[in-house]
Amino acid sequence: MQQFHQTFFEESFEGLDIMENELLNLDVGNADSEVINTIFRSAHSIKGGSGTFGFTAVAEFTHVAETLLDEMRDGIRQVTQESVDVLLKSVDVMRAMLTALSEGGEMDADNIASVQMELEQLLGTEGTAAASANTESDNNSNENADGWLISFRPHVEMLRTGNDPVRMMYALAELGEIETKADISELPSFADLDPEDSFIGWEITLKGDIKIEDVKEVFDWVEDECDLDIQPLSAPSETTISDTPPVVAESSAAAAVTPSPAAPAKASTAKKNTESASIRVGIDKVDEIINLVGELVITQAMLGQVGGEICNDDGHSSTQMEKLLEGLAQLERNTREIQESVMRIRMLPISFVFSRVPRLVHDLSGKLNKKVNLVTLGEGTELDKTVMEKIGDPMVHLVRNALDHGIETPEQRVASGKEETGTLTLNAYHKGGNIVIELSDDGAGINKERVLNKARKNGLVGENENLSDDAINDLIFHPGLSTAETLSDVSGRGVGMDVVRKNIKSLGGSVRVDSVEGEGATFTIQLPLTLAILDGQLVKVANETFVVPLVSIIESIQVKSANLSGIAGKAELYKLRDEYIPIIRAHSVFGMNDSTESLEDRLMVVVEGDGKKAGIIVDDLLAQQQVVIKSLETNYQRVDGLSGATILGDGTVALILDISGVIDMFKTLNTPPVNPDGEGSNIAEQAA
Amino acid sequence: MASILAVDDSASMRQMVSFTLKGAGYDVTEAKDGQEALQIAKSNSYNLVITDINMPIMDGITLTKELRSLPAYKFTPILTLTTESSGEKKMAGKQAGATGWIVKPFNPDQLLATVKKVLG
Repeated sequence: MQQFHQTFFEESFEGLDIMENELLNLDVGNADSEVINTIFRSAHSIKGGSGTFGFTAVAEFTHVAETLLDEMRDGIRQVTQESVDVLLKSVDVMRAMLTALSEGGEMDADNIASVQMELEQLLGTEGTAAASANTESDNNSNENADGWLISFRPHVEMLRTGNDPVRMMYALAELGEIETKADISELPSFADLDPEDSFIGWEITLKGDIKIEDVKEVFDWVEDECDLDIQPLSAPSETTISDTPPVVAESSAAAAVTPSPAAPAKASTAKKNTESASIRVGIDKVDEIINLVGELVITQAMLGQVGGEICNDDGHSSTQMEKLLEGLAQLERNTREIQESVMRIRMLPISFVFSRVPRLVHDLSGKLNKKVNLVTLGEGTELDKTVMEKIGDPMVHLVRNALDHGIETPEQRVASGKEETGTLTLNAYHKGGNIVIELSDDGAGINKERVLNKARKNGLVGENENLSDDAINDLIFHPGLSTAETLSDVSGRGVGMDVVRKNIKSLGGSVRVDSVEGEGATFTIQLPLTLAILDGQLVKVANETFVVPLVSIIESIQVKSANLSGIAGKAELYKLRDEYIPIIRAHSVFGMNDSTESLEDRLMVVVEGDGKKAGIIVDDLLAQQQVVIKSLETNYQRVDGLSGATILGDGTVALILDISGVIDMFKTLNTPPVNPDGEGSNIAEQAA
Repeated sequence: MASILAVDDSASMRQMVSFTLKGAGYDVTEAKDGQEALQIAKSNSYNLVITDINMPIMDGITLTKELRSLPAYKFTPILTLTTESSGEKKMAGKQAGATGWIVKPFNPDQLLATVKKVLG
């Protein structure tokens, strides 16, 4: 049985997620029966599975929740907010129990007992009395009988439920010595005989020390489809045990074939195709394929390079050479396609993250006494599983933030002429090689004045410094800046937003906020679709090749000395059309020797990271190519300014630049550590 | 050897049923809901159908009814998987034309004993 446990846990956790989501979808007072049915089904499966696989505690607990759901499903219980809340708690308890079982932890017995008590209280107070116990008055006084005399007459339709009298005879024969006598008096003439009906009855004598339960079990499934009479062989005939009195036999048979109207009606509404065909594979297998495809891409790049060189060297382009190049081009195409397909295996719809939000909104809005309507769009947008796992926490934080600081209380909203209920919108879509996640609320927006005052007080912004609106809004991502008037346990300790930005940055993404005071705020997160591959521009700095992520490159230009200007020898700026951008000499950032001091006619790659622009001076621009990212942290250690490394076609290692990191490094290199008056700080920021 | 169609929306139950029956030498086909089972059943023939009752898309009761309406499944044994708590479900299954039921939770031995009861 052990081998099925993993599958059971996985599907149970999925089932719990479904229960949670659907419970949140449930319209209290006007519940959709299909939604209740879905919730019930999940609970039912968990109960069935946990019973089968020996997790009795889970089965017992789930049974109570299931009973409550069953009553809702059958319409004998109203769906109240109270019961939904208790059921949500039950989901948490079940999840905790299953987690403890799957990971070998401890169960919180007190919590389980208390939630179970709540469930039972609900069931006890309002529910209809517990199912009337099926009092089967089996008087097993005949255990000492020598055997049984069984009169068995199947109703005409019995064969049509797949019950074969012959199999029952076999089953009886296994219990003891059997003697049968067929009664064919009911058999019609051959012309009138319908071979699908049953007409024969039997008098069966079963000898041996046999319990009546065992005999009854043989006929268990057909008790409504036959006339059955079982009498002990030795006992007097008063102790007859008759299951179905012959008088009512006809009517019960009629009931058996008349389809119950309730059953098909339920079935026809049970149509909601949310599942698509899929198989479950371990993530390690997928990652292994991805890794191998990565190696394949490297080999392909190497072949392409060598092939190109051979053809150039020989000068003469024979037909064989042409064929080689053709083949290499085909290989490149195929490799790229394989790579894309393999990458897609790891992609999951963002709904996995979005689905956590409704519960959060439900709980928080209750706690904060706010009314919030949640709208989610683009749930089907796919992104890499790893990116998804890491974006969950920042998203949760942003949602908390929007509910706590963004959306106002109903009174405040009404006072400012808005609808009582606030709206939180989550939207996801693909843009270029990125996924964009927008989280917008129609709340109060960011109070710029308060942010600025706070920043001035904390010395983040100089007294006389003027900042653009965007720059002020951006301050909320600064460490240690919280504008909440009072700290709440929901958010507002000022340790959040900078962590959000840090986490998103570590995924190679960015986050920014747009806000209109009084109208709301929108957080826009941009993330790469995958962490494994990158479209890069290869550049040469001294003797080393570096990879600049293509997404961060705006343009590459040749430096004109007329546009150069320096500030007090500390930093150099370049006038790019109507803005000034700082110049970063890659040589000095990475401690390499530059052949010449002069910047005239040098190549400059204009890049943007975290909304800041800069020009990076390089020696040469090489090819653009897709590179497979190898983590420096796994293979070596984290290095500032670098996001990873890759292996090029010729087998050499090239480092991948982390543009935001490089800009930050450059800032620290060129900014005095203490800057009391705030003058001349953050050149990059000012220029941007 | 007898062929069995096992229908359950829960992958773990399906695997357990299938593993147990295959171990006893039966030929087992799996389906994850009534609709899928019905399609498979139409293009193949089985000696026995074992189906869960609560399933998305098409439940076990509907599946049983649909199967019974097919000439090839008029007399084929159909067993429903049901829980003790749902006495009326057993009856609903019977009324739809099911041969009998297996009460959940069951262990592999109980499953095999019940299957033997209908397949002999």
